[in-house]
Amino acid sequence: MSLRENNNGRKKILIVDDSEINRSLLSDMLSDEFDILEAENGMEAAAILHVREHEIALMLLDIVMPVMDGFEMLTVMNENGWIKSTPVIMISAETVPAYVDKAYDLGVLDYISRPFDERTVRRRVISTIMLAAKQKELSYMVADQIYEKEKDNRMMIEILSNLVEFRNGESGLHVIHIRMLTELLLKSLMEKTDQYKISKKDIPLICNASALHDIGKIAVPMEILNKPGRLTKEEFEIMKTHSAEGAKILGCIPMREKESLIQIGYQICRWHHERYDGKGYPDGLKGEEIPIAAQVVALADVYDALTSKRVYKEAYSHEKAMQMILDGESGNFNPLLLECLMDLSPILKEEWDSPLTGENPQKEIRSIVGHIMEKEELGVSERTLQLLEHERMKYHFLADLSSEVLFEYRAMPEMILLSEWGAAYLNMPETILNPREEAFGNRIFSRKDFSHLLERLKGTTIQNPVIEENYLLNINSCLRWSKVITYSIWSEGEQPKFEGAIGKIVDIHDHMVKVSELELMAAQDSLTGLLNHAAAKEKISSILSKDKEGKYMLIMADLDHFKEANDRFGHLFGDEVLRYAADKIRACTRSTDIVSRVGGDEFLVFMEYHEEGKAQVERIFHQLSGRYKEFVLSVSMGIVCIKGWDKDYKSLFHLADKAMYKAKLRGRGRYYFYEK
Amino acid sequence: MTLKECYEEMEGDFEDVTSRLRTNERIQKFLLKVLDDKSFDLLLKSIEAEDWEEAFRAAHTLKGVCQNLAITRLYKSVSPLSDSLREGKRDSELLPMLKQVEKDYEHITKCIKRLEKEKE
Repeated sequence: MSLRENNNGRKKILIVDDSEINRSLLSDMLSDEFDILEAENGMEAAAILHVREHEIALMLLDIVMPVMDGFEMLTVMNENGWIKSTPVIMISAETVPAYVDKAYDLGVLDYISRPFDERTVRRRVISTIMLAAKQKELSYMVADQIYEKEKDNRMMIEILSNLVEFRNGESGLHVIHIRMLTELLLKSLMEKTDQYKISKKDIPLICNASALHDIGKIAVPMEILNKPGRLTKEEFEIMKTHSAEGAKILGCIPMREKESLIQIGYQICRWHHERYDGKGYPDGLKGEEIPIAAQVVALADVYDALTSKRVYKEAYSHEKAMQMILDGESGNFNPLLLECLMDLSPILKEEWDSPLTGENPQKEIRSIVGHIMEKEELGVSERTLQLLEHERMKYHFLADLSSEVLFEYRAMPEMILLSEWGAAYLNMPETILNPREEAFGNRIFSRKDFSHLLERLKGTTIQNPVIEENYLLNINSCLRWSKVITYSIWSEGEQPKFEGAIGKIVDIHDHMVKVSELELMAAQDSLTGLLNHAAAKEKISSILSKDKEGKYMLIMADLDHFKEANDRFGHLFGDEVLRYAADKIRACTRSTDIVSRVGGDEFLVFMEYHEEGKAQVERIFHQLSGRYKEFVLSVSMGIVCIKGWDKDYKSLFHLADKAMYKAKLRGRGRYYFYEK
Repeated sequence: MTLKECYEEMEGDFEDVTSRLRTNERIQKFLLKVLDDKSFDLLLKSIEAEDWEEAFRAAHTLKGVCQNLAITRLYKSVSPLSDSLREGKRDSELLPMLKQVEKDYEHITKCIKRLEKEKE
């Protein structure tokens, strides 16, 4: 069953028109044979295609529409490649040739002009769907045939080269190794230069042909091929004939001289023992006279020969082989290719030792076919569609399970797609077009935060695709701290384009509140609820450093004979006295003043003063003089007034402390202003 | 009033619409929908707000609807208005055309409402 058909085998048609009457008129004409989806403008249609591109059998598209009109929609479809998979019929009252031409240029298959005629609409819709389906079917057939043909080719080549290797006492792995290494080298070379005019299509061809490099060994006697020791000069001369022999074999295949596989195979066979310095065989070609395919296979051959065990030698390590090649001990190569080999060194070191299975060539065939399909712009196969559907199911299931808002951001045209759970949680539709102008971008996110997020997204790179930010979001009229994590996505290909991002929004509000509560707790004195000394010091230091002009005073207060309260009435009573004193100070200071219990029975107040400040000091002094239950409350206070302070907190504290001791010394129960 | 009489009354082309939409039920169903169509209101509002692009789209939509339902008289008056808006004509030039469209629109909605009433 095709995914373009739903359970009852009906195909889906997307109608894009801004007039409800026109949409339902078309729907009425078509709905007994098709399932109808509707969109009011191009933007909405784009949102539907983003998700269900391969389910839509046909699109009927109006030209004049708000938000995104028909031509803009076609442009978007071209940019996203949807035009290849979704046949479009344009419907319009415009019969001006310029409009019609433009529509055809943008890839529409047919053009129906208003007023609609039921028979015309139905017939054209059906024939366009059939045409598109036929085309698709044909492209699958071609793809299958290419696949089959490639498979046969590969099989024949592998049989042939295995035969050679079998005679040669090598395992079939050599051919597979050469093929892989050839591919890696070619790709790396393509990135470095285009001087060899290698196209993507050539790579599988050269890789296939690489398997043939040693077929000439069929003409070399077994005794020489498998001789464990060193070859004599004569024997070596015979061995050397294998390159020319191989070329001869390929050169005599009747009627096939023009096939590119044969031509490249010929080059590889004949010249894979040439050297870049011209000292190779059989022809002594030099430098770029040697065809690039042969140069690449030659290097691959040497590397694999060095790292494999042979009858006449043990296997060398990757490092040793690399060193022998780079030092020129084993052949002489194009410096650019040596550069490629060095770049591949980490991959080779890691992957060369991994056991190779028969799966690899299969993968290769798949990649060849995949590649051809991409090149020839053939469609996706039904199987791919099914895989896609499975992925979608898995995603939905996991997204619902996670209790997080999962979303997708699309850059062109700009939209947000929310997971089902996320949409319900945010009380938003699942598809949000133009999010900057919608509640998503100006209410849930503040406008500023949303632009900030988009800016950050634009700043991501392929190397650093992830961003993480905390924002205060308005979720159903509740402000909640939330963490937004996104992963940016780029298109495939040589020049990747930023396409958007996937991401999630996690509520971290409770966590953040907890943290700020903990911060507050850490700053407080647990007995009195006043600030502790460390917190007070930090606050005062910050004020001193910011305000170099202001008039401030620091008051140190020490309860007199407090030790007695503890000794006579017990510690619990002592604590009560401290709490009482703290409340008294709090009562006569403002919330902007800094009040702290420095430790024991010592308190500190930091406040702004006007005129002299004596009135404020008096007030605190009187509050702390009197009686708490049986205990007579009395206080000694030292005050230092400053107007502009260029030293630090510590020196200020020191002066206040000094003034307080003066008050104590003078008989307690009094205050003393510090004087120079 | 039959559907055919209604078309005659509003100066539409009953023969044309029947040949294209096939059944009377369908024609009637969509004709009644014209009463819910917002494009005429949108046209007036956008012209008042001097949002010419939106005004063009509204006129164009109305034109398409008339065309599909063969409401010929209104089609003939809204068509030049739509074209003029597209060409960028403004205010004074549009006024006579707009007057005609208003008149025709009123006329056809009156006819359709009568059809609706008699149906019940």
